[in-house]
Amino acid sequence: MFISYLLSGVSLGAIYALIALGYTMVYGIAKMLNFAHGDVIMVGGYVAFTLSVTLGGSAWVAIIGSIVFCTLVGIVIEKVAYKPLRSASKLAVLITAIGVSYFLQNLALLIFGSNSRNFQSLVSIPVISIGQATVPGETIVTIGVSILIVIGLMLFINKSKSGAAMLAVSEDRGAAELMGINVNKTISLTFAIGSGLAAIAGILMCSQYPMIGPYTGQMPGIKAFIAAVFGGIGSIPGAMIGGVVIGIIENLSKAYISSQLSDAITFVILILTLVIKPTGLFGKKLKEKV
Amino acid sequence: MKNKKTDVSAGVLKTIGFKSTAGNKIITILIPILFFGICQMLVSYGVLGSLFEGLLVPLCFYIIMAVSLNLTVGILGELSLGHAGFMCVGAYVGGIFSFITQETITSPWIRFPLAILIGGLAAAIFGLLIGIPILRLSGDYLAIVTLAFGEIVKNIMQNIYLAKDINGLHFSFATAIDPAKLDMATKVDILKGPMALKGVPRDANLIVALVLVVITLIVILNLIDSRTGRAIMSIRDNRIAAESSGINITKYKLIVFGLSAFFAGVAGVLASHYNMVTEAKKFDYNTSILILVFVVLGGLGKMRGTIIATILLYALPELLRGLQSYRMLVYAIVLIVMMIVNNNPWFIEQRKRLKAFLFKNKKAEMEEN
Amino acid sequence: MSYVEINNISISFGGLRAVDNFFLRQEKGELHGLIGPNGAGKTTVFNLLTGVYKPDRGTFFLDGENMTGKNTIKLNHEGIARTFQNIRLFGNMSVIDNVKVGLHNNNKYSAAAGVFRLPKYFRTEKEMNEKAAELLDLFELLPDKDVLSSNLPYGKQRRLEIARALASSPKYLLLDEPAAGMNPNETADLMKMIRFVRDHFDMTILLIEHDMKLVSGICEKISVLNFGQLLAQGETSQVLRDPEVIKAYLGQ
Repeated sequence: MFISYLLSGVSLGAIYALIALGYTMVYGIAKMLNFAHGDVIMVGGYVAFTLSVTLGGSAWVAIIGSIVFCTLVGIVIEKVAYKPLRSASKLAVLITAIGVSYFLQNLALLIFGSNSRNFQSLVSIPVISIGQATVPGETIVTIGVSILIVIGLMLFINKSKSGAAMLAVSEDRGAAELMGINVNKTISLTFAIGSGLAAIAGILMCSQYPMIGPYTGQMPGIKAFIAAVFGGIGSIPGAMIGGVVIGIIENLSKAYISSQLSDAITFVILILTLVIKPTGLFGKKLKEKV
Repeated sequence: MKNKKTDVSAGVLKTIGFKSTAGNKIITILIPILFFGICQMLVSYGVLGSLFEGLLVPLCFYIIMAVSLNLTVGILGELSLGHAGFMCVGAYVGGIFSFITQETITSPWIRFPLAILIGGLAAAIFGLLIGIPILRLSGDYLAIVTLAFGEIVKNIMQNIYLAKDINGLHFSFATAIDPAKLDMATKVDILKGPMALKGVPRDANLIVALVLVVITLIVILNLIDSRTGRAIMSIRDNRIAAESSGINITKYKLIVFGLSAFFAGVAGVLASHYNMVTEAKKFDYNTSILILVFVVLGGLGKMRGTIIATILLYALPELLRGLQSYRMLVYAIVLIVMMIVNNNPWFIEQRKRLKAFLFKNKKAEMEEN
Repeated sequence: MSYVEINNISISFGGLRAVDNFFLRQEKGELHGLIGPNGAGKTTVFNLLTGVYKPDRGTFFLDGENMTGKNTIKLNHEGIARTFQNIRLFGNMSVIDNVKVGLHNNNKYSAAAGVFRLPKYFRTEKEMNEKAAELLDLFELLPDKDVLSSNLPYGKQRRLEIARALASSPKYLLLDEPAAGMNPNETADLMKMIRFVRDHFDMTILLIEHDMKLVSGICEKISVLNFGQLLAQGETSQVLRDPEVIKAYLGQ
């Protein structure tokens, strides 16, 4: 039993990690908390739903369509809502992001209605047994896909020129600009990647928990945000580990303590972690120079 | 130093004079009084419907919430995303108090003020409880912890089981109370886990709510305009300089966390004594964020702006009711556009020009030349 | 025992000795200059004296009391006030409120007295306004008292910082490059003000400055730091003639 709880915790955590990567990358590069990030998951889910269920497209059409659409949504959101506020206070950007979040939720509400839609798994995968424990195929696929994506992302950031530009902008935007890096393009790219990852997370989530509604993205968004902070916001390995840890804690506390209290337990662990280590597990220490 | 003076003569002090802030504060306090007075009149003459009347008391507790949150965000300069959690504590503690004592303390004139005090103090204790461990945190990390804290409070409230019978109170956490322990004939359920709190006497009305708004404003405005307020704002403006000036950062942060939570608790007590049902899930981070939006659009540290923004933004979705299902979408767009217009450098520049054009004063002419 | 006694204070950051065996004696009312090339550790000395950093070694006595290892807030209560190289005003507060923050621990009333506007509030606020006005007048800032401090021109901001530091009635005043960014006229005015403060309040002052005219104009004694170490110390005119100092300072 424990093994299957643990595995489903890891797979839930893998989804959180994919979302948390988006949070953390955007935070690292644009220095903003993109509160609307969770809602991009919901957009991804609805697009996949429309393509596969309503229009009867194949699974691959749905998946690729959803990723492309969300990538564009991410770029457009950044251009329209966040770019005009590059020099504004953090709080102004945060409130704008909240506005974007309301916008996406209410647009979905308007188009799809408030009822949750039943989302059949896009690809049916047989149950896998490990010893005595049985694990749904989706769990294994989720974990596998997440690992591949994270490896790909790490390679992209550490090996490609655009990745190097991203690192440079996150280190020091002004200096990067002076070195001839196109900061606007780099920020756009970050939003594009983050939103694409959110779309994948949305599809994976809807395959495991086959329901989608206008507010589907909210709670996973918050959890992923917490995972990003837990791991040290701005840190990519931190987001991954944070996501997986939060997923495991949530699933195990649901299984062994109380399903009603699992959120509270997750949040208490976050607070305790930050009290002991104020910048998260892998966060950088910043001390103001006097 | 052309004319060196060793002392300022009394004459200099008199001619310079010290600005009195009392007038400003009275205007700020009069805004909600006049607004609610006019609304009440319009309602009683039948100009505004009773549906609108039902919004007035909630508007009062949102104003208390926004003003108290502005103390943390605008005056102390720390972002909080869990303000609704403190409101939740106040609503439940004050509500349960009135529920239990409604037979022993029959006069609402005694019961309600007591409920306000107890609910407010309970929230303040929570404010300090979360305040102490997070003193080391600031900025985004503080924001996420306050968000988590608000969700924890909500979650805990959803897991409390409380009943009373002839033997007294029975409490259980996370699991229902064992029926064998209860005297079924006299049993009254107060809280049943995720179910809403019901049966709190409806002690609040618009007058009471307005009195609480005024008290909140007096306390917070006077605090800001005092030695304590200056100390708090100095921490916001430059923590290191504040320390060098001997300001005890810990003490003033805790005063703010406690006081801000106290008034959020008061707003909660008001809510649970006005609404027929009190549900913990209503006090989630969405509510906290809604109030933060009021504060930011009203102006950080500006209480008058906060009151006006709360009234306008709270009324906006109601005014947009004609648009029906589009109203929240419009609200979202208005929010984004307002933030961009208020904070984008180009728009700020255009606004300045427009101002200069409208009030063609000397300064404007100089800028034009 | 001297009024200020700093004995061999040292601090290292990751193996680098930022300040090494710094030593200083000052009598009451003495104005001492601290000079040295950029990165010599001058501001670090200030940070050690104001509790921003705790020294690895050494002691610091003020007026016979041991100040070693106390935190910033406590040290302010004990009578140490400072200004900052990169101006640190309370930018969203008025000029007079900046000074009143400095008066915070001299003129006290409780938060409750403020909230309920008890008589003590009015009495104390009046005292604070008068004291603040006196200090502002001294630094020719009284006409600007209701201006937001961030809207002041640079030179006035520097002066306001000194006024705020003086408001806490310090025994020992640390000024970190008070003339930085000022034009020669402003610097000349500032010199008069600093000298006035020393004479009027019998203030003991330690001053970091790059402007040699200011240093040689008002400091009786100076210390020269180089790479965290004391290169020379003594009468200003003598030290400035020291070939070692000239070599280190002018890079000749």
